[in-house]
Amino acid sequence: MSHHDHPSHVHHHFENEVQQFDSDKMGMWLFLVTEIMIFAGLFCAYIIYRTHNPEIFHYGHQFLDKQLGALNTLILLTSSLTMAWGVRAAQLSQKKTLLTMLALTMLCAFGFLIIKYFEYSAKIHHGTLYGDRYVWQTDEHGGEHGASGDEAHSMAEAVADAQAVSEDAMAAEAAGGTSTMNASMAVPSSQFALAPEGPSGFDLNAPEEQKEAAAHSFPQPAKAHLFFSIYFIMTGLHGIHVVIGIICIFTIFVFSARGAYNSTYYTPVDLVGLYWHLVDLIWIYLFPLLYLVD
Amino acid sequence: MSSTGQTVKSILTSPVHPEVNYLNATKGFASWFFTLDHKRIGIMYMCSILTAFFLGGVFAMLIRTELFTPGQLMFTSDQYNRVFTLHGAIMVFLVLIPGIPAALGNFVLPLMLGAKDVAFPRLNLLSYHLYVIGLVMALLVLGLGGIDTGWTFYTPYSIQTQTPVVLITSAAFILGFSSIFTGLNFIVTIHKMRPPSMTWFKMPLLLWALYSTALIQIVATPVLGITLLLLIVERVMHIGIFNPALGGDPVLFQHFFWFYSHPAVYIMILPAMGVISELVSTFSRKHIFGYRFIAYSSIAIAIFSFIVWGHHMFTSGQSNLMNMVFSALTFSVSIPSAVKMFNWLTTMYKGSINLATPMIYTLSFMFIFAIAGLTGLPLATLATDIHLHDTYFVVAHFHYTMMGSTLFAFVAGIHYWWPKMTGRMYNQKVARFAAWLVSIGFNVTFFSQFPLGSLGMPRRYHLYEAMPDWQIYHQISTIGAYMQMIGFLLAAYALISSLSKGKLAPRNPWGGATLEWETSTPPITFNFEDTPDAGDPYDVESWQWSDEEGGYVKVRPSVVDEDHAE
Ligand SMILES: [Cu+2]
Repeated sequence: MSHHDHPSHVHHHFENEVQQFDSDKMGMWLFLVTEIMIFAGLFCAYIIYRTHNPEIFHYGHQFLDKQLGALNTLILLTSSLTMAWGVRAAQLSQKKTLLTMLALTMLCAFGFLIIKYFEYSAKIHHGTLYGDRYVWQTDEHGGEHGASGDEAHSMAEAVADAQAVSEDAMAAEAAGGTSTMNASMAVPSSQFALAPEGPSGFDLNAPEEQKEAAAHSFPQPAKAHLFFSIYFIMTGLHGIHVVIGIICIFTIFVFSARGAYNSTYYTPVDLVGLYWHLVDLIWIYLFPLLYLVD
Repeated sequence: MSSTGQTVKSILTSPVHPEVNYLNATKGFASWFFTLDHKRIGIMYMCSILTAFFLGGVFAMLIRTELFTPGQLMFTSDQYNRVFTLHGAIMVFLVLIPGIPAALGNFVLPLMLGAKDVAFPRLNLLSYHLYVIGLVMALLVLGLGGIDTGWTFYTPYSIQTQTPVVLITSAAFILGFSSIFTGLNFIVTIHKMRPPSMTWFKMPLLLWALYSTALIQIVATPVLGITLLLLIVERVMHIGIFNPALGGDPVLFQHFFWFYSHPAVYIMILPAMGVISELVSTFSRKHIFGYRFIAYSSIAIAIFSFIVWGHHMFTSGQSNLMNMVFSALTFSVSIPSAVKMFNWLTTMYKGSINLATPMIYTLSFMFIFAIAGLTGLPLATLATDIHLHDTYFVVAHFHYTMMGSTLFAFVAGIHYWWPKMTGRMYNQKVARFAAWLVSIGFNVTFFSQFPLGSLGMPRRYHLYEAMPDWQIYHQISTIGAYMQMIGFLLAAYALISSLSKGKLAPRNPWGGATLEWETSTPPITFNFEDTPDAGDPYDVESWQWSDEEGGYVKVRPSVVDEDHAE
C-alpha cells in the first residue's frame, strides 16, 4: 500500500508489476499442467486399450476422415500462429493488429468446430458411435459406406438379442458349419451376453480367438465400439476446450477493443495465448493417434 | 515457560491489540462470503470443514453403534451400505483432503511469508465457493437417500446402482478443482511472494509441506477429475470403457482411481507432518532438529506417492510382477516418513516440553503415526496382505493414518493458531482434558480393530452373528468411539466458549518463532504494519516469556544459528 508507483492493474498484495506478471504466468503454467494431466488420463486409457485390443483401432480408424482431420490440424496450427502474432502485437501496443489476429484465431476455432460437426454428423449417420449406441456395421469392407437401417444392429439390441443369436450359433456349430455368417456374427454378440456373469467379459484370451476368427470371416472386432468411445471422449473433451478457448479469446477481444492492453500490460493476452497453444498441441497428438493408426 | 523475574522488552513496536483487525474491519454476510482476505477465507473453510466433520462423525457413530451387536440393530444391509459410504465420502473429500491446507494453510501461509495475501485472492475465493457447492451437493445426495457404492465408486457396481452416483461424483469432481486451485495458489505464492530475506531453506517447514502437498494436488487431482468424468459419462452415455458388459475394463477404473487416491493420502498427511514440525519445535522450546532432512523428506514423499498406487490392488488380478514392484516401492515410502519421525523425537530430546493442548495432540500424533506406519508394513507385504485385505485390519490402519494422524494434526493446529485467529485464549484445562479423552478414545476405538481384522472380520459388513468371538472387539471399539465423541464435543465447547468468555490472547502465547506471531492478535487486514524480517524460523530463543504480557515477547531479531545452518 505504501508504494507510490502502483499502477491500477497491479493488485495491492503485489510489490510491483513484475512480481504480478511472473505470478500470473506461473499460475497459468501450473494450470496447464493440470490440463495436461487430465488429458494424460485419457491418453493412458488409449494406450491400455490399444495394447490390449489393437484390432479395434485398426478397424475403427478407417471410419475417420483423414482429409478432414488433416485440414483441422492445419487450421489449428494456423490459429496458433495468429494467436502468437496477436500476443506480439499486444506487446508492441499494436491494437489493430491485435484485434485482427484475435478475430482470425476465433475464425479458425469456429472453422475447426464446423468441420468437427460434419465429422460427428457422419458418425451419427453411419452409427459408428460410442458404447451401446454403436451400430453393428454389416459392410464387409469395413467402412466405405454406412449400414442401412434394417441391416444395422445397435449395440443395445445386440446385448438384448445375444442370447438368441448365440443359441443360433451353437445350433449352427452343432450342424457342422463353422464359417457361416451367422456363427461369426454370434461371437461378438455372445461375449456381451456372457460378460455380466463372470470374468469372461474382460478375459484377455477371448479377443485373441476373436481376432483369429475375425481375420478369416468378418473384419469387425467384438469391441469395435470402444474405439469410438475413446474417439468421442477424447475429441469431445478437446472440443469443449476449443469452445472455452473461443470464449476466452472473445473476452480479451472485447477488452482490447476498449484499449485495455498495451506494452506495459498484456498479461491476459499472453495467458490466453498459452492456453490456446496447449489446445492446439493436444490436437496435434490426437490427430495421429486416432486418424493415422496404420 | 521460564520467568526470568526481570521485565523483558519487546523489540516489536506495532500494537498487540489494534482496534481494527481483520475480524471487525468490515461487517455483514457479504463482507465474509465474498471476501478476498485469505484469513477470512481460511476461517470460513475451517467452519465449513468442521461442519462436514460433524456430519461425517454422526455417520461414524451410527456405524459404531450398529456394530455393537452382531445382529441388526438399526439398519438393513442396504441402509448400512449408504451410511458407511457417506461416512467415507464426506470424511475423505470434504474433511481430510481440504482440511489442513485450505483451513489452516490459507490462514497461516501468507502470514508465515510476511506477505499481504496469497498470489491469487480471487482464485482462492473461487476455490472456497467450489467447496461450498461440493458440500451442498453432498447434502443433496444425503437428502436423496445417499449412495451405496463405498467411497471408492468401484465399477461396475457404480455403473449399475440406482443411487445418485452422478451427483456425488460431480461433487467430488468440483471439490477436486477446489483443491487444485488451492494448491496452485500456494505454489505460486511460495515461489513468488517470499520476502527477499527468506531463502528456500529459511522457510518454515509447514511451507515445505504445503508446497509438496500442492505439487501432488496439481499433478494427481486432475487424474481423479478425468476418472470421475469418465464414470459420469459411463453412466449417462454408456460408453463402455469401464463396463465389462460392454467389453470394457473395470480394473482400469481402479488403476485410475488409486493413481489419485494414493497420493491423496499424502495430500492429507504431508500438511499434517508440516504442522507437527512447527509444533514440536515451539513446545519443546528448541530449534527443530534436521531441518533439511525434514524439508527434503516432504518432497521425497510427494514423489514416492505417485508410484505405489498398485498396493491397493494386490487382489485385483494384477500380474505378480506388478504386485512385487508395487510392494517393494511401498516399503520405500517408510524411509522419508521415518526420517521425519526421528527428527521430531530428536527435537524433543532435552527440550523443555510444554504440555499445552496442541502439544498433547502432537504427542498423540507421533504415537499414532508410528502405529499407522508400522501396521502398513504387513499390508505392503504380499503374503500377509492376501489374508488382511479388506478386513478391519485395513480399516484400523487407514484410520490410524487418516484420522489419527491427519485429523489430530488438524485439531492440534486449530488449537495452536486459535488465539491468533480469534484473539482469544481457550480454557486450557477443559481443552487438555478433551485432548486426552480424544487420544485415548481413538486408540481404544481403532487398536481393537487390528486383532478383529486379523481374526477375519471383513470391512463393510454389519452382521457377524456367525462369529460371536468378534463381538467383544466391536464393543470395545464402539466404547472408544463414544469416548472420542465426548472428547471432540468438549474440545468444541472449550474453543467456542472462548469466543465470549476467553481472555484476550497475547501476541505470541506459545513462543513460536515463525512470522505469523509477529503481527497483532488478531492480525490486521493486510497482515503486517511493516514487512517483517525473516530470520531463522526456529530460533525460538528470540522470544522470551513475559509475565506482564502473559505471553512471549520478541527480545532480539531471530538469527541464523551457525549450529543449525547446516
Ligand atoms: Cu495407498
